[in-house]
Order: sequence, then structure tokens, then C-alpha cells
Amino acid sequence: MSRDVRGSAARLGLMVLPVAFFGLFFAWPVASIVERGLRPDGAWDLGAIGATLGRPEILDVLGFTVWQAAASTGLTLLVALPGAYVFARFDFPGKNVLRAVVTVPFVLPTVLVGTAFLALLGRGGFTDQLWGLRLDSTVWAILLAHVFFNYAVVVRTVGGLWAQLDPRQEEAARVLGASRWTAWRTVTLPALVPAVSAAALMVFLFTFTSFGVVQILGGDAYTTLEAEIYRQTARLLDLRTAAVLTLTQFAAVGAILAVHARTARRRETALRLVPPELTARRPRGAGQWALLGGVLASAAVLILLPLGVLVERSFATPEGYGLRYYRALGSLDEAGTFLVPPLEAIGNSLRYAVAATAVAVVVGGLAAAALTRRAGRLTRGFDALLMLPLGVSAVTVGFGFLITLDEPPLDLRASWILVPLAQALVGVPFVVRTMLPVLRAVDERLREAAAVLGASPWRAWREVDLPLVRRALLIAAGFAFAVSLGEFGATVFIARPDSPTLPVAVARLLGRPGELNHGQAMALSTILMVVCAVCLLLLERLRSDRTTGEF
Amino acid sequence: MLTLEGATVRFGDRTVLEAVDLAVADHEIVCLLGPSGSGKSTLLRAVAGLRELDAGRVLLDGADQAGVPTHRRGVGLMFQDHQLFPQKDVAGNVAFGPRMHGVPKAERAARVEELLGLVGLPGAGGRSVAALSGGEQQRVALARALAPRPRLLMLDEPLGQLDRGLRERLVVELRELFGRLGTTVLAVTHDQGEAFALADRVVVLRDGRIAQSGTPVEVWRRPASEFVARFLGFENVVPAEVSGTGAATAWGRVPVPEGSPQGKRTLLVRPAGVRVVPAGGGLACRVVSRTFRGHHVSVLLRPADGPPLEAEFPLGEVPGEGAEVAVAFRAEDVVVLGAEPQSRS
Repeated sequence: MSRDVRGSAARLGLMVLPVAFFGLFFAWPVASIVERGLRPDGAWDLGAIGATLGRPEILDVLGFTVWQAAASTGLTLLVALPGAYVFARFDFPGKNVLRAVVTVPFVLPTVLVGTAFLALLGRGGFTDQLWGLRLDSTVWAILLAHVFFNYAVVVRTVGGLWAQLDPRQEEAARVLGASRWTAWRTVTLPALVPAVSAAALMVFLFTFTSFGVVQILGGDAYTTLEAEIYRQTARLLDLRTAAVLTLTQFAAVGAILAVHARTARRRETALRLVPPELTARRPRGAGQWALLGGVLASAAVLILLPLGVLVERSFATPEGYGLRYYRALGSLDEAGTFLVPPLEAIGNSLRYAVAATAVAVVVGGLAAAALTRRAGRLTRGFDALLMLPLGVSAVTVGFGFLITLDEPPLDLRASWILVPLAQALVGVPFVVRTMLPVLRAVDERLREAAAVLGASPWRAWREVDLPLVRRALLIAAGFAFAVSLGEFGATVFIARPDSPTLPVAVARLLGRPGELNHGQAMALSTILMVVCAVCLLLLERLRSDRTTGEF
Repeated sequence: MLTLEGATVRFGDRTVLEAVDLAVADHEIVCLLGPSGSGKSTLLRAVAGLRELDAGRVLLDGADQAGVPTHRRGVGLMFQDHQLFPQKDVAGNVAFGPRMHGVPKAERAARVEELLGLVGLPGAGGRSVAALSGGEQQRVALARALAPRPRLLMLDEPLGQLDRGLRERLVVELRELFGRLGTTVLAVTHDQGEAFALADRVVVLRDGRIAQSGTPVEVWRRPASEFVARFLGFENVVPAEVSGTGAATAWGRVPVPEGSPQGKRTLLVRPAGVRVVPAGGGLACRVVSRTFRGHHVSVLLRPADGPPLEAEFPLGEVPGEGAEVAVAFRAEDVVVLGAEPQSRS
């Protein structure tokens, strides 16, 4: 079976770079910091695990973490699946703009979203002023903020595939006597299940490791594992408890991923994909218009309203609406919050995000290509490994970077590349998750047809796979870019004081007292939001501009 | 051109191709014929290099192809379900092969036009493949397979998904086209009519082995075994004891051609070899059913003794249903079949 041997060799070759990347920039830093916590003086202190996990307050944190993640995931699917359908199958004016708009929350710094929801739902906030309704320090504020964040994950992951499902499959079922609902349930739903479970998994992981939102909206009553790790590491300097919690989070995430891998393996099938332009049409009938209206209304309330409040506050100075906060961003303040004017953070953020996207697309693309042909245990383990960064505390990763990548041959502390590397780590799982379902759905015989016509394996990939997955690749790159722009937990540890990113700068401003700092934070966040929206809009453009034929 | 020596392919512990020897000469059109699961498609895939042999060799123009990747073998393969590239238009599909072989753009365009003309779709280059009908897709797939001028063109169920009328017309067109281009062709089909119409030589496969190889006429006239006979649609197959120019069967004594092999054999009586004789002069049968076939009528007879008997009568001489007739057999239409090759299982 020399062919199979060659195939395995090629697969291993593709895996080398991703594995090295993850070993060096993920496994090593995390392992080091865990070691530091559990082997403080040269002897392993494994008893700490049991002792820490036995503490009732830690158990409470664990229980709440799981509960809120499950509730957030359920709520997000409930709200976003109709949205995915609408974006996939309906044509309506402003669709591209709206698609970019709903993606914006995803890239906003968590700290900022917390603040936006506080402004919306908290004391003196929008709903408080209108109806006297306050939801801060309740679980609802956390859940709503999570839906706000993750709406785009579901719309993009599920909608991206949904838009390419051949509607004729459903029509075939209808002709065979299935009702509209039965046809959807028996034909479309099974085809969507891998994408839905991939999206649900992502949402669960994000909310499971939620940090900024919980920190601000949860008050003292609600704490997740990640927030607790940050508290133990940065405030209490209790590395031992932090290490135990990191391991706990790691184990929990590992278990979730294992379950997902098993179910995903059973469900994935080769799908018939068609260009999305062929499947979308204008809504017909009262039901479809109502659905479209409902989705637009829910998106408006959930997404536009918090963003609107945010923008409004960036202009609302005590002297009335004006640009004062924005002007202040261009200069250094006397208090010494920054070494450079906050405005420079825009350039830093863009530079870092471009580099991080490039790294994430290369590493994630290679990994996805290696995983395309499902194979043995090794490949499956590799698959799971790629998802772990999503579940491991960003705080731990960032801190780990500082203590491991600081000596030759890898002294990266002084290098700007450190930040993009940490950001890419979180981007890779997106690239892999987005590309894999589409890559696997490409019919193997199309590649064979190309080979018979004289295309080498590389050429066949470029000619057959790439055009079919270009869309997915762009979506993946967009995601990676967005995550890099918004990454906060790790960046806050490793960004140098003279080159902060936008989220770091916002957080620093929010941490300072006074309405000028608060207003500047709002203004800088508004700029971050606009930057993201413009980038995503460009991406949408790029996507619809692609030419069809080769000639 | 193509030589297979002891080609063997296994899927797990199932042997799909077993020690197949096959040679295809230059400009020859060979059709592999067999029921589904007989290993036909696997054989094509092995020649194309899409499937490695577990034993044996594939030689093209005398050169062993072991280790030669698919894209360097210079063979063409037309897939059963076309596998046209959905993201390319018709011209993009047809030009794909020449492009892979580094043909300059202008020459490529000319070749695309020429081939589209050849398959009867002139000027269709700009059309999207999704908008093509089944027959048109077939033609584009054929043009695409021919475009890089493969030394050997392989067709997997080339006309499988088309309706009957189109199929019959296309078979004739294909044969004429291949003859004009001098293409060497190895095709696979489960339809004997298609194979006989297309091929210079037919190779019948059974369970991964060659059951018979010969010109369409040879195979049709002298099926090598009961399997081949039944696969070709012949039902009148009975065990027999051959001695001299006659054989003892369940239908009584049946004449056999001179020089037939002797002893315990299996006998095929072609339906056309069954004729009505005056009552008492032959095997007494009752007419069970009649099926109109166009040029003749196919009649199912139930003899007093032995298995049912299929007969063919000219239009004017058909006995009515339920009629009692006596039949005799014509020696030219009786074939003494070879021994069945040892069946694996």
C-alpha cells in the first residue's frame, strides 16, 4: 500500500508546522506556568488539586461556569439560527452591510461590551431611564451580552454552509412526499448538523471561558473559571490555585472537545455545494417577511442598540454633544496613562492583526488540509489539539509567554511578533473549524478528475479545492482578523507599554477614574468598531467580486 | 498500448480484481462488460493510478506504471457522473487538461472550440456547467477527457445516465468519433447492447476475473460459460450429456454442432433456435406468455418436462397464449458452454 504510505507522509508533512507552532507557543508556555504553580520548590504538589477543588467557593464557580455557558449557548442558537437562515436564503437590500454589522460585536473587547451593556442595562442606563429596569448584577445581563458576542459565530458558521446547500435536495424530498418541515428536518438539518454543532461548540467554549463580560456584569455574585484565574494570578498572586483552575478548565474543555469529535465524525458527509448566489432569493409570503422582520428586529435590539448607546456616549460630553473625547485621543495626558497618544493604538492593532491573520491562515490552512482526509487516531488527536487554545485561559497563555519566551534561543520579549503569535493562537481554531467542513465536502472524485487530466496533487488542490473553499478561506481570515483585533486576555500581559493595542488602550482608559478617561474609552471603542466594520465590509466586497470562470 | 499483468486489487479481505491479464492494442476499442461489483471500475481506477495494485503490473506503451502518479500517466478517464468542475464554465472545464500540460493560451482556446464542435456543442464555451442538460454534460465530459490527447481514453459507464434514445445515438457517434481520431479506448459498461455497439473487443468480467474476451460477434455467438450466457440475457441453459452431435437434456435430445466438446456439459439454446414442428414431432410445450419485441415475438414455453424455454418467432408465426405446440432445436443455435471457472466465494 505504498500509496497510503505516501498519503500519510504528505499528511504528516502538512502537520509539521502547526504542531511545531502549537508546541512552542501554546503547550510550552502553558505547561511552564502550570509547573510553576504545582512545583513551587522542586517537588510536585499534586495534593493541591484535590484541596483546591474541594473548596466550596471553587465548586460554586465551576457550577456557575457550566450553567451560564450552557444557557448562553442555547439562547444564542435560539436567537441566531433564524438569523443564519435569513442571511443564507433571503436577498434583501443592505444584506452585506448588516452581515458586517452583526459581526462587529464579536471583535469588540470584552471589557468594552461589559461597559456597553452596563450603560444599556445598568444604573442610570438606557433601560433604567426609560422603564426603571435594571439588569446589571443579574444573570440576564451576562447571557444577553454573550448572545450579543456570539450571534455572528452562528450566523457565519451555519449560514455560510446553509447558503451553499443545494436547495434541490430539499425539493427532491418534497417531491417524494415530505412536508416543508419534514423535508427541512430530514434533508437540510442533517446536512447542517456539523456546522451547527461546530458553532455551538465555539459559543460554549467562549462563554465557558468568558472573562471581561462576567467581570463587569457579574459583580461579586457571579464568577467564571477564567475570571477566577485572573483574580488568583494577577491580584492574589496565588499561582497554585490558578494552576489548578487552569488544569480544571483544560480538562473540562478537553472533555467537551472529545465528545464533539465523536459526534462530528459520525455526522459529516459529502454535501452537494452550489454557489450561494443561486440559493438566495427575495422573501415570499407573509410568513417569510415576518421571519425577516423578526430577525432584523432582534438584531436591532440586541446588536445595534448597545452599539448605538456606545457611540452616543462617545459624543456625549458634559457640555453637550461634541468631539472633545476624540480630540483628546491624539495627545498625551498628564496623568501618564500612556507613553504614546492613544490614537497610535489603531496602527498597532491593525499591524498586529494582519500579522496574526497571516500566521493563523497559514497554520490553520495547513492543519485543515491535513485533516481533510479523515484518518487514524493521530489525526483526530491533532484535531482536538487545535481546538484547545479556545478553552485554555488566555490569561494563562499570556502570562506563560512572558515566563517562557524570554531567553535565547527564543527571546521574543522585545519583538513585536510576540503579540501576533498569541493572537494567532486563538485565530487558528476558527480557521480550521470554518474550512474543515467545506474542505471535507469537496468530492474526492473532482480531485481525481483533475489528476487524470494531468494536475499534480498541489495543482489539483489549487484548481479544485481552492476555488470551492475560497469563500470559506475568506470567512476564516475575516474571523482570525477579527479575533486578533479584539483579543484582550493574553495581549494585556504581553503588549509593550509603548505599543498598546486598541482593546488594551480602552481597558487602560476604563481603569482610570474621571469622565474624560471614560469618554475617551468610548471614543476609542467607537473607532475600533468602525475599523472592524470597514475591514469586514471590504471582505464582503472581495467575496462577491470574485470572477467565475478562469477565462 | 495497455497491458495488465496479474493485476490484483483487494479491499480489506475482499478481492475485487484477481490476477487480471489484459492487453489493449493501439487504436483498439475495448469494452469491459460485467454486472455491478465485478471490478470494472476498479480496473479503470487502477490503470489511471487512482488505486494502487496489490499485485501485478500496469504497463503503458511497455513502461511499468508502478509509482507513476495519476497526472503523469497520460491517460484520460471520463467519470460515470462526469465530475465537471462546478466553479468553471464549459470552456474552463475543457481547457483544464491542456492547461495542466502547459499548452499556450491561444492554442488552448482553439482546441476547446474544436472539441466542442466535435462533440456537437459549438460555441457553448461560456455556459455554466450547472445549466447543462444530462446529455450536454456528457458531451462536455467527453470533450474534457479528449482535450489533453490522452494516449488511452477510459470511459466509466459513459452513457449510463442518459435516456435510451440518446444513448443509442451517442454510441454510434462515439464509435465514429473514436475511429476518426484513432483513439485507443477502454470503456466500462453493464449494458451489453452498449458494449457490442461500441467495442472492437468485449471483455466480460465476473467477480474480478475475466470470464470471456472476444469480438462482440464471438462473444454473442459463443458465450464461454453459463455466467456469460446468462449475463447476455440467455435463459435457455441446461445441464447436458454430450455425445457425438447430440446431447441428452431435460428437454430430451438436443442436436449440437459438429465438433462440440463431449461429456458432461452445459448447453445454451438460443431462442432463435427453437422452432415449431408438427405435433408429435418434438418436445410438447404450452405457450405461457408472449412479448412483442419489434422484429420478433419472444415466447415463453412450458415443456411437459424440464425448465421453461424461451423462444423467438417471426411476427407471422406466433402461436396464441395457452396453445399446445411441439418444438425442435436447430443445431447452429445450440452452444456447448465451457466449464465454469473455479468460483471463489
